[in-house]
Amino acid sequence: MTDRTPAQYAITPLWKMRLRLLARTSRQNWSLFWESRIGPVGLLIIGLFLLAMVAHPILISTVWEPRVYDPVMGFDRALIGRHPAPPSWSHPLGTDPIGRDVLSQLMWSARSAFALGVTAAVISVVIGTLIGAVCAYFGGVVDVVFMRLADLVMLFPFIALLMVLRSVLPLTLIRLALILGALSGLGGITIVLKSQALTVKVKPYIEAARVAGGGSWHIIRRHIIPNIMPLTFLYMMFNVTAAIFTEAVLSFFGFLDIRMSWGVMINTAQQAGYLGAFGHYWWLWAPAGAAITLLCFAFYLVGRGLDAVVNPRLRRR
Amino acid sequence: MSENGLLTVAGLSKLFPVKKRTYSLRVRNFIHAVDGLSFSVERGEVFGLVGESGCGKTTTGKLIVKLLDPTAGAVLLGGENTASIRRGKPLRAFRRRVQMIFQDPYESLNPRFTVFDTVAEPLVVQNRHSVAERERAVAEILVAVGLAPPETFMFRFPHELSGGQRQRVSIARAMVIHPDFVAADEPTSMLDVSIRAGIMELLLGLRADLGVSYLYITHDLAVARYMCNRIGVMYLGKIVELGPAEEVVQNSLHPYTQALIASVPVPDPTYHRQPGEIKGDVAAPIDPPARCRFYPRCPRGDKQCEEVSHPPLDELQPGHFVACYKASAQSRG
Repeated sequence: MTDRTPAQYAITPLWKMRLRLLARTSRQNWSLFWESRIGPVGLLIIGLFLLAMVAHPILISTVWEPRVYDPVMGFDRALIGRHPAPPSWSHPLGTDPIGRDVLSQLMWSARSAFALGVTAAVISVVIGTLIGAVCAYFGGVVDVVFMRLADLVMLFPFIALLMVLRSVLPLTLIRLALILGALSGLGGITIVLKSQALTVKVKPYIEAARVAGGGSWHIIRRHIIPNIMPLTFLYMMFNVTAAIFTEAVLSFFGFLDIRMSWGVMINTAQQAGYLGAFGHYWWLWAPAGAAITLLCFAFYLVGRGLDAVVNPRLRRR
Repeated sequence: MSENGLLTVAGLSKLFPVKKRTYSLRVRNFIHAVDGLSFSVERGEVFGLVGESGCGKTTTGKLIVKLLDPTAGAVLLGGENTASIRRGKPLRAFRRRVQMIFQDPYESLNPRFTVFDTVAEPLVVQNRHSVAERERAVAEILVAVGLAPPETFMFRFPHELSGGQRQRVSIARAMVIHPDFVAADEPTSMLDVSIRAGIMELLLGLRADLGVSYLYITHDLAVARYMCNRIGVMYLGKIVELGPAEEVVQNSLHPYTQALIASVPVPDPTYHRQPGEIKGDVAAPIDPPARCRFYPRCPRGDKQCEEVSHPPLDELQPGHFVACYKASAQSRG
């Protein structure tokens, strides 16, 4: 061994090196994501929706009179008797059957869509990752119990379950997010992430960590979970899509106790009987439908872009 | 066998159940991966385990480092039975004394860990050092394994290193807590021939510097002869011949060892190999009959070998043990 002093080794502090490494890997990953082409497009669309979400309260407090433009309580007296009114200068996307501004509703609902989608996705992925890693690592009874539970959840008629639940307690947005997150977390995601964790578990570096003296939790936390993280992120993106979509379907049928969302907008049009005359009153359903489709599509694109980052087989060399 | 060895293996066996169906409760068949193994490793010694794939070398290594629990028999470390060490503090203390180097340098390093993370892991889980001490310990061991200057290697990822460099990282991880005993599981078999010698020299140098003993597992007799003080030749879970390295290679007494040595390539294109003496293929060690394990392939086997149980390890010459009735009879008669 050499007789160099420790001070000579520690030229840069550890945390600085770690930050630098993090910056370097993120740069590499970003360039892969950028090269996927579809990923950045998805990100751009998500950005537009975020912009709409942020712009809504600003518009309400500046140019939009709350009494007219409030997404839930607003009513335009100037057009009384003519609702639903077609697009005009004062209402760029028209008004709904009870005189509320469609554009305002559309922008306001972006917030609930994001809140629901992201909450449900984070919950499902956290549950799925933990249970998947634990099942793969410990195996045995724990594994059998959670895998059979996953089979059960995947086959469960959950719309029926939600209807029963609704008779007991109102299905608000946050409750729906929790239920959707828990159900999809215990279902398919657990199985996928467990199979990924199994491929990590048999690697010699897991044995090496045990020989080093690492306990079960050390190995799960430091080795297994970081190595299934990329897949976790991927599934998070696809889950946002699934949650937004489910909310729209449930709102359309009026199963939820949510005051305003894209699904509720279409439901309002349907309740008032304006969906029958297809093509007339298009502004009642087309903007909301397009928003649902576009946002789901955007998260899906980001997921595909991430796929190109985490899945080395898809990379062009 | 000496009683004051650092590590003594006594009657060590590992049976793996062969399950036919996932949920079947009764297990009828067992793979006898390691079957009644006994040897001991002295302080500062390199003990070689040689044998072909599937003979139980790696299982023996994993049993010694407690990655697996033995079905029968015991591993004694400094006279203490390691089977009683189960978890917590005693297990961590055991991990400080006994380490392992793995065969595959590509798979035995976590791809998301930098060299520093990998080498510091034993220190982190043992929780005995401050961050500054860890950095110094890692830097020192990296220099010792030939990854100098350490600051250029510390924050690289495994995919940025060559196979030889990776194996040096893996050696550094095993050595960073200064163990007494290291089980090296074919540390050079996945490496390019040109860098094998360097890794072997490194291991021998570390033995001299750190006073560590090795169990050196390999399928290559030439490597074992170069590295080891003593060699044990394994066949289907049993040691068939054990003795000083030169003695086993130059004066082999067991027909299996003789066949292994005869199969070493000769660097002469005009050389014509004698047709092999041993016949057939390695049998699967699933519930083997009691007779000599090598009997189905042995050129010398006869009725006696078929009827009696597996031969014991006899000390035919001082320190040279052989498990063969025919060899025993020869040396006696």
